[in-house]
Amino acid sequence: MKFPKINFDTLKNEGTKSVTAQERRNFLKLGLTVAGVYAGGKILSLTSVIGTAHASGVGFVEKYPYNPHYSMVIRQTLCIDCEKCVDACKVTNNIPDYGYRTRILTKKYTGKLDKQVEFIPVLCNHCNSAPCVRACPTKATYKDPVTGIVRMESKKCIGCKTCMLACPYDARYFSAERRAVDKCDFCWEERLSQGEKLTACAAACPTGARTFGNLTDPENIVYKLVHQLEEQVWVLRPADDTKPNIFYMKGNMRSVDNILNEQRFKYFDPDKI
Amino acid sequence: MAGRMVDISKRWGFHGVDALKNASPGYKMIMGLFALLALAGAAVGLHGLLVGYHHVYGVTRQVSWGLLISAYIFCVVTSTGLCIVSSIGHVFGGEAFMPIAKRAVYMSIMFMFGGFCIIFFDIENPFRMAIWNVLSPNFVSNMWWMGTLYGAYLVFMIIEYYFLLEQNHSLSRLMGFLGLVVGIAAHSNLGAVFGMLHGRPFWYGPYLPIYFIFSAAMSGGCAILFFTTLGWKINPEIMNQRMERAVKAVTQITIFLISVIIFFTIWKIITGMVSEGKHLVIMSFLSGDYSINFWVFEIFLGMFLPLFLLIRSRGNNFNLIMWATGLMMIGIFFMRYDIVIPGQMESVYHSLGVVEEANLLTYTPSFHEIMASLFGIGVIALAYFVGEKMLNGHQLEKHEIVPEGGYICPGCGAIHFMEEGETEEDAMKRHHRIW
Ligand code: SF4
Ligand code: SF4
Ligand code: SF4
Repeated sequence: MKFPKINFDTLKNEGTKSVTAQERRNFLKLGLTVAGVYAGGKILSLTSVIGTAHASGVGFVEKYPYNPHYSMVIRQTLCIDCEKCVDACKVTNNIPDYGYRTRILTKKYTGKLDKQVEFIPVLCNHCNSAPCVRACPTKATYKDPVTGIVRMESKKCIGCKTCMLACPYDARYFSAERRAVDKCDFCWEERLSQGEKLTACAAACPTGARTFGNLTDPENIVYKLVHQLEEQVWVLRPADDTKPNIFYMKGNMRSVDNILNEQRFKYFDPDKI
Repeated sequence: MAGRMVDISKRWGFHGVDALKNASPGYKMIMGLFALLALAGAAVGLHGLLVGYHHVYGVTRQVSWGLLISAYIFCVVTSTGLCIVSSIGHVFGGEAFMPIAKRAVYMSIMFMFGGFCIIFFDIENPFRMAIWNVLSPNFVSNMWWMGTLYGAYLVFMIIEYYFLLEQNHSLSRLMGFLGLVVGIAAHSNLGAVFGMLHGRPFWYGPYLPIYFIFSAAMSGGCAILFFTTLGWKINPEIMNQRMERAVKAVTQITIFLISVIIFFTIWKIITGMVSEGKHLVIMSFLSGDYSINFWVFEIFLGMFLPLFLLIRSRGNNFNLIMWATGLMMIGIFFMRYDIVIPGQMESVYHSLGVVEEANLLTYTPSFHEIMASLFGIGVIALAYFVGEKMLNGHQLEKHEIVPEGGYICPGCGAIHFMEEGETEEDAMKRHHRIW
């Protein structure tokens, strides 16, 4: 039998668009993902996905650096801009009315045929390589070595505001009441350290747009959402390479249902508003 | 100088408070004006401190550095520049530059001090800074390095100034050298405070640390020329052949440095126009909100007019030099402002295409911010006018004040003292030995 001679080095990657969903799924079952198509679709380039994790939605890491590695997955299309999360955050963390730790941004798409609005909740990304932590002269803001939460030690804050400019997610403001910069701490002080499992915003969200949990636990909802391969998961401003821990996905209900199988989670429930 | 009593006031060219009392009424009025300005600025700044800056300052969460940081940068850039340009003479032995050293180092200290006065009203907890900068240093933070190095720089400059007054050339030279090294490190770190912020494309990159050094040298040349020619207006006696030669030399180097900065600015604009992250800001310079700042102040007042006037002055028309550099100082202030504020104009969520951040952010300095900046400027100006009188125009070689046992060094023009049984030549060698 004669094998065709192929010089792999000179082949051009034709992209993965031409691979059908069925084909892709077959490979996924084997724990392989399609990384490229060569030679007119005759050759698929495959990589194993077992044992690797989408650390930041950009690269792969072998292992998450924290345990519990707190993280939030935001299913963007489920957000209805009710701002219950923002209010819950304000009440829980005593946010003054001139500040906020989280907010909802509005994005409008105007197509030829229809208009569409999408809401994007944003908050501190608890970056794994956090620019704010590097910039602070007095280590007043630091990465918690256990949970990976980026926290404040208010008494050390000199109020130079360098961290506010270093943060590429506008997650910080100066709180006159605290005499220090204030930011989201995944409700560590007010809830998590007291045994609660969810942040105030995730608990208040009526649609399940915000899901919060531990990224190192394969049973956890955020693990499942980040590690599924059907729907795209992304982070904001990946080019800044801050390795964020807030993940975004479209989150249309059917596919999420498939992903989570029997795991219970909240859909939009009209009674709760 | 053991065993010899010399009246310090004479040795240092120190004219005492009497010199202020004897000043003309007009001069007293100018000093009073700046003293008032400094006091009013301090009072308004303290009021802001008491009621809380967020009520009275124009800075916001997204534009968190405003006029005060711009004014601070203006001061420290000028301070570093004075140190750089004057070091050509008394550190590296460029003979022509030597006579400017005393005034330059004095003003360098005052500008640094004025900068600290201004930043005092920007940092929310300045007192915590003294404690936690020491107890909890973050060695990867540019801000920490900037603060620490500028602190060290100020100390070196003060010691250097002391030795300059003492006529101890070896030690003043050593301190001047250390001050220069630390000053340049501090200053490029200030550039890196901006240049290392990933999320701010207008600042990010090695451009700012490098630009800051050259720009400082330009400001330094400009400031030396301005303060020397203004000093000449106050007291024409300070001009002599050596000083004239020095002014000429500084004029030449300032012309060169302005050309360098023009070159920097041209490439900043051209590269910025094709960069996605900088395009909006560059366009606002060329034709938007910042076009007056940019074209009128930064380009015309800050570069082209002084370039033209300085070349025309040929380095010996002092009136022209004074006007050119005085206007240039104003232009330079806008250059600093145009680095700090526009870098924050584009919200970090602008590129996400969301409705909330579709427009560029705006910032207008508030009354409190303007006054707190004038506090620092007032202090510097007051220090200058007081210095010209009390320190007798920073002269080294005025015959009337050569005290007993001293002589005018033919090499450097300064007053040297001979030890017992020493010849003038031995004394000169001792003063000018290379460490
Ligand atoms: S999002 Fe901003 S505040 Fe939060 S960790 Fe990252 S850089 Fe720091
Ligand atoms: S404002 Fe406070 S937390 Fe932020 S960099 Fe300065 S000292 Fe650190
Ligand atoms: S509570 Fe949930 S649905 Fe409502 S605005 Fe917040 S994230 Fe969106």
